[in-house]
Amino acid sequence: MNQPASNAGVVPAQPGMAGLFWAVMKRDLMLAFRRRSDLLNPLVFFLMVASLFPLGISPEPTFLEQIAPGVVWVGALLATLLSMDSLFRSDFDDGTLEQTLLSPQPLFLVVLAKVLAHWAMTGLPLTLMAPLLGVMLFLPTEGMSGLVLSLLLGTPTLSLVGAIGAALTVGLRKGGVLISLLVLPLYIPVLIFGAGAVQAAVTGLPLGGYLSLLGAMLALGVALAPLAIAAALRISVSG
Amino acid sequence: MAEKKSWLPRWFYQLASPRWCYEFMGRLLPWFGVGTLFLLVAGTLWSLVYAPADYQQGNSFRIIYIHVPAAILAQSCYMLMAIAGAIGLIWKMKVADMVAKSCAPIGATIAILALATGAIWGKPTWGAWWVWDARLTSMLVLLFLYLGVIALHSAMESDTTASQATSVLALVGLVNIPIIKYSVDWWNTLHQPATFTLTEKPAMPTEMWLPLLVMVIGFYCFFAVSLMLRVRNEILRRERRASWVRALLDKV
Amino acid sequence: MSEPLLEVIQLYCERDDRVLFDNLNFSLNAGDVLQIEGANGSGKTTLLRILSGLTGNYEGEILWRGEPRAQTRESFNRSLLYFGHQPGVKAILTPLENLQWYAAMHPSIATGRIMSALEQVGLRGYEDAPCHTLSAGQNRRVSLARLYLSDAPLWILDEPFTAIDKQGVAQKERLIQQHADQGGSVILTTHHELSLGERLRRINLNLQGET
Repeated sequence: MNQPASNAGVVPAQPGMAGLFWAVMKRDLMLAFRRRSDLLNPLVFFLMVASLFPLGISPEPTFLEQIAPGVVWVGALLATLLSMDSLFRSDFDDGTLEQTLLSPQPLFLVVLAKVLAHWAMTGLPLTLMAPLLGVMLFLPTEGMSGLVLSLLLGTPTLSLVGAIGAALTVGLRKGGVLISLLVLPLYIPVLIFGAGAVQAAVTGLPLGGYLSLLGAMLALGVALAPLAIAAALRISVSG
Repeated sequence: MAEKKSWLPRWFYQLASPRWCYEFMGRLLPWFGVGTLFLLVAGTLWSLVYAPADYQQGNSFRIIYIHVPAAILAQSCYMLMAIAGAIGLIWKMKVADMVAKSCAPIGATIAILALATGAIWGKPTWGAWWVWDARLTSMLVLLFLYLGVIALHSAMESDTTASQATSVLALVGLVNIPIIKYSVDWWNTLHQPATFTLTEKPAMPTEMWLPLLVMVIGFYCFFAVSLMLRVRNEILRRERRASWVRALLDKV
Repeated sequence: MSEPLLEVIQLYCERDDRVLFDNLNFSLNAGDVLQIEGANGSGKTTLLRILSGLTGNYEGEILWRGEPRAQTRESFNRSLLYFGHQPGVKAILTPLENLQWYAAMHPSIATGRIMSALEQVGLRGYEDAPCHTLSAGQNRRVSLARLYLSDAPLWILDEPFTAIDKQGVAQKERLIQQHADQGGSVILTTHHELSLGERLRRINLNLQGET
């Protein structure tokens, strides 16, 4: 059964990039569904943060209506940030991250699949839950489409950029707070255009420009962030 | 790692030697020190005493002679930090890592200076200490980026790992800076046009921008001096077990 | 003997202001079993992490089949099986799922062999139990099952016998012997006395060289 490859002539057929991508995603989704409580935490946090604003500022509908786009976006951003720390931590702790780095598979794809799985379990539910918060904050109905679309395009970027922070701090014990320091400034453009899109939708302005900008940032993130994440992971494991 | 870098010029290898860099910077320091002193004294006198007052803002505009150089310097310092970090990351060059590390606190301080002078300038101009002006906000975000780099570096125990990790972070920041600037500009289009550009003919009269140019160069020289002092310290700290450092310390 | 599989030239590494090894040279041929010895903290694990490519913080050269390892990363990784301090086993996955994932990361592994590998390490019947319900020794055996799966010629094993019972150790030793007989190479650290005859070579990090 053990046949040490004495010659490199017999290179086994690669089961394809899509197969690898799916295998990594499936594993991460499976892990998440076996720890369901972790899935709910960002959503509960999102809900709580949003309900702090009426309590802390004013329950006046006209006032809340004005701040709703920003509040929902800031809430989604913080909830994503909160969930980032766990992205690579358990893999780092139990040594599976080492095995990933030592595998012949392209790390770029593995990382991208992991981030996509992470987004499917945080960013996507947050996006789907956002209209509920919009209603709580008296966001006009016209703004809902803008809210959902901007979050749909913006939250994957948040996950990608957040993963860079997670990869850089995975070797540290107190990674949690540090991630926020590293990542929050990088979130600013997404926040600006995301909240801007909702605002535009509320006032009846066309959304296309905002969504294209969010899409452009996402495209840039998909192309570049996995490189940074991969490099950061190698550095963290190396240390 | 591997000695297969022959396409790189000779000075590149010399830069890789901490000892050579230490001595080279030691020779440069007095020149830059004198230059800094001369430029800053001359620039300050020129800008505060001889340059004409602004017809709208009166004498309060003179703070731009500190604000603008600080703002420009804070940005170039970040760029230098990221580039030095990249060199350290790619060629495993220790001195580049040290330069990158030394840039962060200087850059953060200069960014704070730019923010403070901006705020002081804001009081007579806008009537408030802080205005969410696009350029001030960008500078604030730049300060955040610096603070992130410093925080990450201090959180890591090993010098090598810390340098590599902060280099990645600085490079990510470098890619993001134009996007952040663009988004903040867009967010607040109510800002003055850039005060000073090297490519376009400035809108200021010559007798106003010439002292500004002197101050900018003076700030750069000052930056070079403080950077070299910091890098030299860092070289001594990291190479403290090397025989040449020991010999140096025995002499003191 | 032809070109060595792995060649280490003037390896230097320092950690926390301490030089772990300086000017370390050795080479590994097909069929060699190399045991790294040294006191606690002498850098055994660090050396294995450097050799496997996990850590880049070293000076010197590592050649894989005569070429710098950095340039042949993919082919090196394809030929490597690394067994580290942490077993690389996810606690909330079952042994079967863990090995399936490992197989996905190493495309040369035939998934059909997973069940027989689990049987070899005595985990038949446990393949669908989440790993956190298994004992520490069983968890390590999940990881060791990779030795039966992989066809990588180079094994780097960091303390592979920890938390394994006597019988298991003898079995692993036979496995290493068999791997070497078939032309594979092993680098390992262990406090266990290995009975592998003349195949075994030792490097002592405290003495900085081959003994």
